Amino acid sequence: MTENNTIIELKSISKSFDGTTMVIDNLNLEIKKGEFVTLLGPSGCGKTTILRMIGGFETPTKGQIFLDGQDISKLPPNKRPINTVFQKYALFPSMNIYDNIAFGLKIKKLDKKTIDEKVKRALEIVDLEGFEKRGVATLSGGQQQRIAIARAIVNEPEILLLDEPLGALDYKMRKEMQLELKEMHRELGITFIFVTHDQEEALTMSDKIVVMADGKIQQVGTPEEIYDTPSNVFVADFIGESNIFNGKMTGSGKVKFCDTEFECVDDYPVGTKIEAMVRPENVHLVPPSEGMLTGNVYSSIFKGIYYEILIMHGKNEFTAQSQKEIPAGTEVGISIDPDGIHVVPYNINKNHYTGIIDDELKIRFVDFSVKIDVAKLFDQATEKDGVLYDNKGEAIDTEGVKVDAYFEPEIADLSDSPEDGIVAGHIISIIYKGDHYSYIVRSRNDKDYYVDDDWLWNIGDYVSVIVPEDKIEYKLIG
Amino acid sequence: MKFTRSKLAIPYIIYMILFVVLPLLVVCYYAFTGKDGKLTMDNFRLFFTNGKTMGTLFYSVVIAFATTVFCLILAYPTAYILAKGPFKRSDVLLVVFVMPMWINFTLRITALKEVLSLLEGNLAYYPFFNTVLCMTYDFMPFMIMPLYNSLSKLDDNVIEAAADLGARPIQILFKLVIPMSMPGIISGVTMVFLPAMTNYVVLDMVYNSTFIMGSLIGSYFSSYDWHNGSMISVILLMLIVIITAISSRLTKDNQGKRGNVAI
Repeated sequence: MTENNTIIELKSISKSFDGTTMVIDNLNLEIKKGEFVTLLGPSGCGKTTILRMIGGFETPTKGQIFLDGQDISKLPPNKRPINTVFQKYALFPSMNIYDNIAFGLKIKKLDKKTIDEKVKRALEIVDLEGFEKRGVATLSGGQQQRIAIARAIVNEPEILLLDEPLGALDYKMRKEMQLELKEMHRELGITFIFVTHDQEEALTMSDKIVVMADGKIQQVGTPEEIYDTPSNVFVADFIGESNIFNGKMTGSGKVKFCDTEFECVDDYPVGTKIEAMVRPENVHLVPPSEGMLTGNVYSSIFKGIYYEILIMHGKNEFTAQSQKEIPAGTEVGISIDPDGIHVVPYNINKNHYTGIIDDELKIRFVDFSVKIDVAKLFDQATEKDGVLYDNKGEAIDTEGVKVDAYFEPEIADLSDSPEDGIVAGHIISIIYKGDHYSYIVRSRNDKDYYVDDDWLWNIGDYVSVIVPEDKIEYKLIG
Repeated sequence: MKFTRSKLAIPYIIYMILFVVLPLLVVCYYAFTGKDGKLTMDNFRLFFTNGKTMGTLFYSVVIAFATTVFCLILAYPTAYILAKGPFKRSDVLLVVFVMPMWINFTLRITALKEVLSLLEGNLAYYPFFNTVLCMTYDFMPFMIMPLYNSLSKLDDNVIEAAADLGARPIQILFKLVIPMSMPGIISGVTMVFLPAMTNYVVLDMVYNSTFIMGSLIGSYFSSYDWHNGSMISVILLMLIVIITAISSRLTKDNQGKRGNVAI
């Protein structure tokens, strides 16, 4: 693909509304001409902010937006060849349908005949021929949505932005509009940038999906790539259902989790800590004697086209799908094909914090400070009256020396009493890992703490992170 | 006696009869009778044939119109900035603008009068300007309130959609914001125009004249001519009824459109 194929490019975009919290954090994204791109993520991930920056309703705090190679970051919305379909339609209540659709054309001062033709054509595209004279208020939600689309596409924009346009429609209507939008995209041949939090919608409609969380892009790829090879556990958990386990590489193409060794397609050095993801449809249920491991069914729930089967293997839980009901208590074997297992290396940057030694030999971190035997960090050093001396008896200048602290997520615990732990914060993410939950706790100073806990907490809970003091590993930096 | 809810209205009905209906009947009686107590249309005829009353009516309308226009021109941007500006507590700011209403009316006008006479030397040099200025100052909150209400209900997305479709800010203002805030404009205009037409205290204080409807009535009454004074009141009342009817119809039309959108 060549440069000139790119229609819009976001370069190191950051956005902050209050000057401290970054809603978008150094984001880079390229979108090609004619693509149907979906920005997908949970609410508050910054996807709508991105769309509003492309549309010109917000200006990036840092970075640039290029349209066909030209910097449009500071251009107001009316100067951009981009049109938006708003979530709540935002039709003009004081005008009839014709005037609503003709609004943009009249501003461009086209002649009456051309406007008439274009409005007629736009109404044909959205299947609402003959609605010209109707008032906005007489239309249903679905019809208003179509008018909002017609009003945008009649201007023949280079890019059409759609901000959760189907969110307010009922399920059936939404399904129908999804297909129609896709059809419109084919017919018009322009770039669509679509924002949604509905993963099914994103998978159905898009050429390319941009999965976002926390103001950052998690993964960019085709729907198949996103679904089959999620780049991290967040994506796997957010898109579809997933069994996620912690494990280790035990050989070339061999991985161990749930006390069982499996063959897999991905390859990492032996001993690498990994996270393994298995889609429920890839968990094959077989007679116990043929399984790679066995377990007991403890729940079987009818979901329409299949039964969702929950199986306990020791302390680990598997979710599988079955065409027929399997009564609770049945012993089953579990078999997983190598290509049904997707392995990603465990993020080793987790739970590393940088602190500085102060004049009292305390180590100060952003969220907390600790008093440990600092002498242990230095080679053959001894402490005397608050000063460190090396083996030759000379004083070591410790003030300002940087120290890295690390703890394993498994050894940390959560408590609902803010004073109990070393740091308190809100839970911002929960991922179920078969036999425990993996949490991310974000402190007031915007630092993330990864904690594995057996108990179920909720997103948003204010908790403190308890780490046994002797389990934190300290290391000098540099 | 059984208690029903409608019985709660009895004090109100008594009040209405005593202080609204009966006085109105008395006014009407005086308006359509002569000094001899006989029914007559002379007072009515006199109103339209007497150059002074017609002149006063015209002058009242001009003053009320000018006041309304100035109020609208000043209040609209104020209300817009309050409703759509980057303020976290715009409702508190609104109170600041409405607060002068809490101060005694005579005190406010007297203060303004002092400022004006300091600037102009003698208030008699610019009687029309002074009257309109004082009235504009006095009625401003009544214009800001309804405008603020209807502007703050205006959906930001609609404004953004217009910008998105290529409209410049000035086009957005005239094609969308003003038409959509019409209910607020109409009720603001009604709330300023009608009182401005009959208010004579302001005029009396800054101008010492009788050239406005309210003061004309006052001047008839002070010379014990109840009949002509009452007739002017009746005619004013009819004018107000007509204007209110027109404006409420206009508001209803606009609200009809707005109301349906929400469905």
